[in-house]
Amino acid sequence: MEFSGALDTFYAESDELLESMEEDLLNLEDVDDKLESLNAIFRAAHTIKGSSGIFGLNHIVEFTHVVESVLDRARESKIQVDSVLISVLLKCRDHIASLVHISESEYRSDKKLTQISGELIASLTPWTTHSSKNSSSEPDKQQTGISINDSAGTTTDKEQIQSGLWHISIRLNKNCLKDGMDPVSFIRYLGTIGSINFIETITSNLPEYQQYEAENLYFAYELSLKAETDLQTLEDAFMFVQEESDITIIPPNSNAADYVKLIQSLPEEDSRLGEILVACGSISKKTLSKALIRQIEQGMENKNESRIGEVLLEQKSVSEEIVEAALQKQKESEKNKKQKEISFVRVESDRLDYLINLIGELVINNQRVDIISERINDNFLNEAIESLGRFTEKIRDAALDLRMVPIGGTFQRFKRVVRDTAQELGKEINLVIEGAETELDRLMVEKLVDPLTHIVRNAIDHGIEPIEERKKANKENVGTLKLSAYHQAGHIVIEISDDGKGLDQNKLMGKAIERGIIEEGQQLSRQEIFQLIFHPGFSTAENVTNLSGRGVGMDVVKRNVESLQGSVEISSELSIGTTLRIRLPLTLAIIDGFHVESRGTHFIIPQATIIECMDFTMHKTDTNRQCINLRGEMIPYIRLSQVFCLSESNCRTIEQTDKKHRDKLVVVQFGEHVASIVVDELHGEIQTVVKPMGQIFQNLKGIGGSTLLGNGEIAFIIDVPQLIDLAVGLESTHPDLDRLSENE
Amino acid sequence: MQSKAATNQADVAQNRQFLTFCLDKEFFGMELHQTREILEYNEVTPVPLMPQFITGVINLRGEVVPIIDLSLRLGRPPIKLHKRTCIVVIEIYIDDQYHVLGLLADSVSEVIEVTAEDIEDAPAFGAKIKAEFILGITKKNHHFIILLDAEKALSPRELAYLIESEFDK
Repeated sequence: MEFSGALDTFYAESDELLESMEEDLLNLEDVDDKLESLNAIFRAAHTIKGSSGIFGLNHIVEFTHVVESVLDRARESKIQVDSVLISVLLKCRDHIASLVHISESEYRSDKKLTQISGELIASLTPWTTHSSKNSSSEPDKQQTGISINDSAGTTTDKEQIQSGLWHISIRLNKNCLKDGMDPVSFIRYLGTIGSINFIETITSNLPEYQQYEAENLYFAYELSLKAETDLQTLEDAFMFVQEESDITIIPPNSNAADYVKLIQSLPEEDSRLGEILVACGSISKKTLSKALIRQIEQGMENKNESRIGEVLLEQKSVSEEIVEAALQKQKESEKNKKQKEISFVRVESDRLDYLINLIGELVINNQRVDIISERINDNFLNEAIESLGRFTEKIRDAALDLRMVPIGGTFQRFKRVVRDTAQELGKEINLVIEGAETELDRLMVEKLVDPLTHIVRNAIDHGIEPIEERKKANKENVGTLKLSAYHQAGHIVIEISDDGKGLDQNKLMGKAIERGIIEEGQQLSRQEIFQLIFHPGFSTAENVTNLSGRGVGMDVVKRNVESLQGSVEISSELSIGTTLRIRLPLTLAIIDGFHVESRGTHFIIPQATIIECMDFTMHKTDTNRQCINLRGEMIPYIRLSQVFCLSESNCRTIEQTDKKHRDKLVVVQFGEHVASIVVDELHGEIQTVVKPMGQIFQNLKGIGGSTLLGNGEIAFIIDVPQLIDLAVGLESTHPDLDRLSENE
Repeated sequence: MQSKAATNQADVAQNRQFLTFCLDKEFFGMELHQTREILEYNEVTPVPLMPQFITGVINLRGEVVPIIDLSLRLGRPPIKLHKRTCIVVIEIYIDDQYHVLGLLADSVSEVIEVTAEDIEDAPAFGAKIKAEFILGITKKNHHFIILLDAEKALSPRELAYLIESEFDK
């Protein structure tokens, strides 16, 4: 069971790594300093390979290993990173992604996948072949020499060190035993951090038996440790003996020079130490150890030749400092890395949702206490409850914030979609992203990916013209696709715009008539014509490509957006471009609302949509058009009681309302529309926890959910755009309904 | 002829427990494991624009629970509210999730245990209730008890569909 839990972590981690890998690969094309991205990509591939190895997922290891070695060569500037390589690497990434989620046996039996593996590995061969063979054809010679020094040895020795072998050299103080420290206990402890690969006891310090003192420690140790850990942890192991002892830890990524330094810094005979070092590093692959020893010997020779005096002089005193400084630096970078890790905590989304539910309950209970305290009317109590309320509100905001994520991450994914789609269609497209920092509910983000993908693909396929056409239209060859997000009146607006040919109204109409969606001669507004593209089975593409044009997709887009209580608007100009505007509420969990009442039923109007509230009777109404005149503007009004068919019989406080019955007006805005809602009573602002009403009520129109009031009563949350739709529908079927009721 | 339904059920469990309740002098049974609690009738908030069989919603300890007039749902006249009217809260598991619903009942009588053999097939007609809503019929103390198939009679999907058609009118 535990193992499967770990496997889940592996999946999650791999997905995350693959995602960042994709992002880095895409960045490679743009950035000048490729090394950083390459390192990140390499690390991601390496980690996936490593963890797959732990789980025995050899199919992933095998494939990733090839990719990794190519990346390693790219990292060392042995091969040029161009868009061809990036494309292949992107495909490899996708393949790894599909490999990660299947078991080895599934993979072996899946002919298609094994075939892809083969093909991809074959396509990587131009980059895997050793440079010695075709260095003449590759431009790697012109690369500057920073990394060449580093890799002068062999790539294999690099890999050896990469595999997580720490070298630790232990020279404990002579008095160690007297102080009650047993060197064996340190080694045992190291064994709990990782597995000790190789250990050698150095006995050369052992004196003649006449001088031997049983309480002194004469032994020293050289060992290599296979562990996924950091320098700090290892250093902490020696915390108690640090001061008087000489402990050197060489992290896995160090190059041979560090080992040389170590050898030189230690009092023992160099060659003997060299042997031990080789032995330490040699456990897994014998051949590698030979390379390593050559490397070390070479390094020593080089050093002796070039800076013989220096090295000899510094040997005892300075080199220690260098090691120290180097270690310090390592430590710092480790620290930075750690900080980054700490700044994110992976939390199961269920737990987060549970927390938010609890906070919802807290908010409701807080309101209940509020009502009770008003009745008791005790100053101290009121004060305490007021501050309690403030904190409750803060907790609520903070908790909701946890669920908010910037949309940038989602937008980033489209870099890939755009790149692939454009390449497939032979178009050149520049993706512009704006407002990546705009935040919205995580739940919404997940549900947005599919609709956005459809829209983006459609825009590239149908919106942006082929290059020749663009030339003719005096446009730049490179088409622009813009994804932008911003907040507006409590909603998030996501715009997808292209500078393509725009939507042709006549063509849309023609197609709609042909498909029998509308009738010939039917009059439609501009927006209505554009909205035709969301009709199921509607497609204007003359050539059906495999990307779009099958008439599935756009209707799904609209449905998805509407299920999130959002809406889609289109604006388009012929030969200038098309913009799709998706408007969504920020969150679906808790909203600030305005509590109103109509015929004894309680309603909440989302605060974000409200412009103002006022007395209805103050305004001149236009009886013919159901409009009020608000400071010279004609605004349509909707009677809540009428739209929802609420009758007086529902009203429990019928006498009360009769006495001071006066219609109140709430002016609301949604998108570009302004309308007003007539209610009986305004109760004021309220924090509402949205209680889903369950599947049964999913088709309920005009009401987006329910909430509990402080006194335990249920109020319905009004979905303003739906309400307006409903009213419009009502008006068209019973045009004189309102006047009738007013005459009564 | 032993009924098909009964033999099927015999495979699953020998004895089944049903909560019986009264609707206009007729007895109905709901599987005990599907029932959660029984509440006194108290203030149901009507939901605008709902078909008649949806009485409204109640606040059940912070949960918004729809209340259904079972009598109407079974194609009979609406239930008449009186002092002893109660709400049987049931929980059905459909489509990987729990749906909580409240049913109006005139009174709740007892929990009965019936063996598979005691359950007889519903008559194809005569019960004035759609046959698919009925699990079977059993007899107790000289009266019949109609055992309801809650998952069919109260399928959230179907109820939602009925509401939708209300809007299309």
